[in-house]
Amino acid sequence: MYLFPRQLGITITLSHEQEPLGTAGPLGLAREILEKDAEPFFVLNSDVICSYPFKKMLELHHSHGKEGTIVVTKVEEPSKYGVVVYNPTSGQIDRFVEKPKIFVSNKINAGIYIFSPTVLKRIQVKFMSLEKEVFPFMAQDGQLFAFDLEGFWMDIGQPKDFLRGMALYLSHVRQTSPERLAEGDSFVGNVLVDPSAKIGQGCRIGPSVVIGPNVIIEDGVCLSSSTVLRGARICSHAWVQSSIIGWQSVVGKWVRMESVSVLGEDVIIQDELYVNGARILPHKNITVSSPDPQIIM
Amino acid sequence: MDLLKRQSSVFQLNGKLKAVILIGGPHVGTRFRPLSLELPQPLFPIAGSPWLQHHIEAIVKHPDVREILLIGFYNQSQQMSRFVDDMQRKYGIPIRYLQEYAPLGTAGGIYHFRDQILRGNPRAFFVFNSDVCCDFPVWEMAQFHSNVTGGNGYVILGTEANEQQALSYGCIVEEPSTHKVLHYVEKPETFVSNIINAGGYIFSPDIFQHLTRAFTANYENELIHDAARDSIDLHSSVLTPLAGNGDGGKLYVYKMNSGFWTQVKNAGHAIYANRLYLSLFKERHPEYLATNTPGGHEIYGAVRIHPSAQIDSSAVLGPNVYVGAGVVIGAGARVREAIVLDRAVIQEHSCVLHSIVGWDCVLGAWSRIEGYPSDLNPNDPVAKITSESLFNLDGRLNPSITILGKDSKRVLNWACGFTLPGLRTLFAALDPA
Repeated sequence: MYLFPRQLGITITLSHEQEPLGTAGPLGLAREILEKDAEPFFVLNSDVICSYPFKKMLELHHSHGKEGTIVVTKVEEPSKYGVVVYNPTSGQIDRFVEKPKIFVSNKINAGIYIFSPTVLKRIQVKFMSLEKEVFPFMAQDGQLFAFDLEGFWMDIGQPKDFLRGMALYLSHVRQTSPERLAEGDSFVGNVLVDPSAKIGQGCRIGPSVVIGPNVIIEDGVCLSSSTVLRGARICSHAWVQSSIIGWQSVVGKWVRMESVSVLGEDVIIQDELYVNGARILPHKNITVSSPDPQIIM
Repeated sequence: MDLLKRQSSVFQLNGKLKAVILIGGPHVGTRFRPLSLELPQPLFPIAGSPWLQHHIEAIVKHPDVREILLIGFYNQSQQMSRFVDDMQRKYGIPIRYLQEYAPLGTAGGIYHFRDQILRGNPRAFFVFNSDVCCDFPVWEMAQFHSNVTGGNGYVILGTEANEQQALSYGCIVEEPSTHKVLHYVEKPETFVSNIINAGGYIFSPDIFQHLTRAFTANYENELIHDAARDSIDLHSSVLTPLAGNGDGGKLYVYKMNSGFWTQVKNAGHAIYANRLYLSLFKERHPEYLATNTPGGHEIYGAVRIHPSAQIDSSAVLGPNVYVGAGVVIGAGARVREAIVLDRAVIQEHSCVLHSIVGWDCVLGAWSRIEGYPSDLNPNDPVAKITSESLFNLDGRLNPSITILGKDSKRVLNWACGFTLPGLRTLFAALDPA
């Protein structure tokens, strides 16, 4: 937490809600910091990933000079989200529709905003929703504009979507800074490996794999569409697909794991088991196969 | 005793013994498919030896046995003749396969070939079912026949089962002091006895009086269709009527008091039998079992490997595995509780558990073949393996041992608890549920 500011040359301040304040209340809570100067500020949701074109977003915000800019993105299933209806030439937002049953538009609120500090007049320090109690009024007042996001976007709140978002992010890295990706006989497709991780002989890693710090991948492991978090170990001959392996977990030899299995911190899967779509809470020791998707507490 | 000696003495069998093994035919034992589509069920390799060989080996423990007759309905074939030749040479005892002209039931074959059985005047003869897995206590049975029945009775080999499972077998009620059989009934609906028919017998030659009577009764019964007239069922035509009969009764039961016994009705049971015979090898034939060698593949428990199999040094095998001729097992593969038949290829990093991999199959790298073990209740010393139907009441497949039939080519994925008939290529995971 304290390394990042120094590495990146910025200051990080934590504003802690004592009680839940929704999506707008926390901004009111941090009023002092946000109103320090008249410069606009970004608001991001942490369960979202995209290419974050901050420069272009700022340019658009300055060009219309109003109170707020919302990043919108095109999705295949708009009814899962909040749909944004806006004028395609001016970019001015007309209204929002939450999870519409019939098709209204395929552009949704991507969860990334830019606000001028004046927006804080609309917000009190109590449980408030930006989407329901702030945006509609801003739209009515003509103060809200849309920024059309190019490139990938993913809501990564669910494990399945997290893995999809990871794959999209890796494709993005392939295009923008391919030197970060792993190369070699063991690697297929887009693979990101932390320099402190160790990978054994005869493995097949990828496509779409992220390997965290101090991870050990033993010999003969087949890994695809998965994330392996810090300190985990994947033992020899295991086959892992579409899974998230939690910090310090151990996946035993010859284990087969698939279908969006998620291991919490410090989970041990014994040798030769089959894990299919299991969500396993931290510190569990798994000694029998789990062939049907389930949550293991 | 070598072949020449035993052979020459066949015609002077007075006071000696013979053994008959009923091996059935392709019309029974269909639950053993697809494995029995390639060769007769009695020749299927269990623990690396053809199934019948285990019976033959148990039988020749008694030095007085001078001839073994195999009676069944399988067509004469190269496989059969070669098997019989091999067994004769190996055990030094005359062995013949007598093919029935029609399926003759559990006793019809014995009746039909009575002249062959009685030739040379044996003092008694054993009869064994081939579809059981047991180290038949031939010595004890022969002793019992001489001492308890005075050498002229009929003895059923019995074994103990728990009350519930006994209902699936032939039940024997024993008179404890004389060991006579008071009552015999096949698969009763209510509890009769927990001693079950283990599929072994020893008969005095005058058993044929009773068989003749049964045969004649069949012929005189106009209600029985032509084709079925020659078929005699041992249980209903012989054992049940002989049971009881007061003091004149000559039917006895000898209870096995040690050793394993199991029926093998489907291919899944073969894995269980595999384990039992491999454990027997630990004392009888330790030279059959593989050992850990430095720098070689790791072995756990009882594992038998054909000398022509090629196994990578990083593979891990066992316990309870048989690897057949010409099998190739790649780097980092794991095989446990399994039978791998000739020429199969298990590529690197694969995992084979509780399964039978058929002849010539190919398992791709990182594939997983897994069955559900039919393990017995460890708290019940007499629990027997059950013969479940394929489907449960919801219409779903009952989980069981996985079997890949001949020539299955499996690439990349996972098969669990079902039977693949063979000559198929699979690219996706298959799940009976």
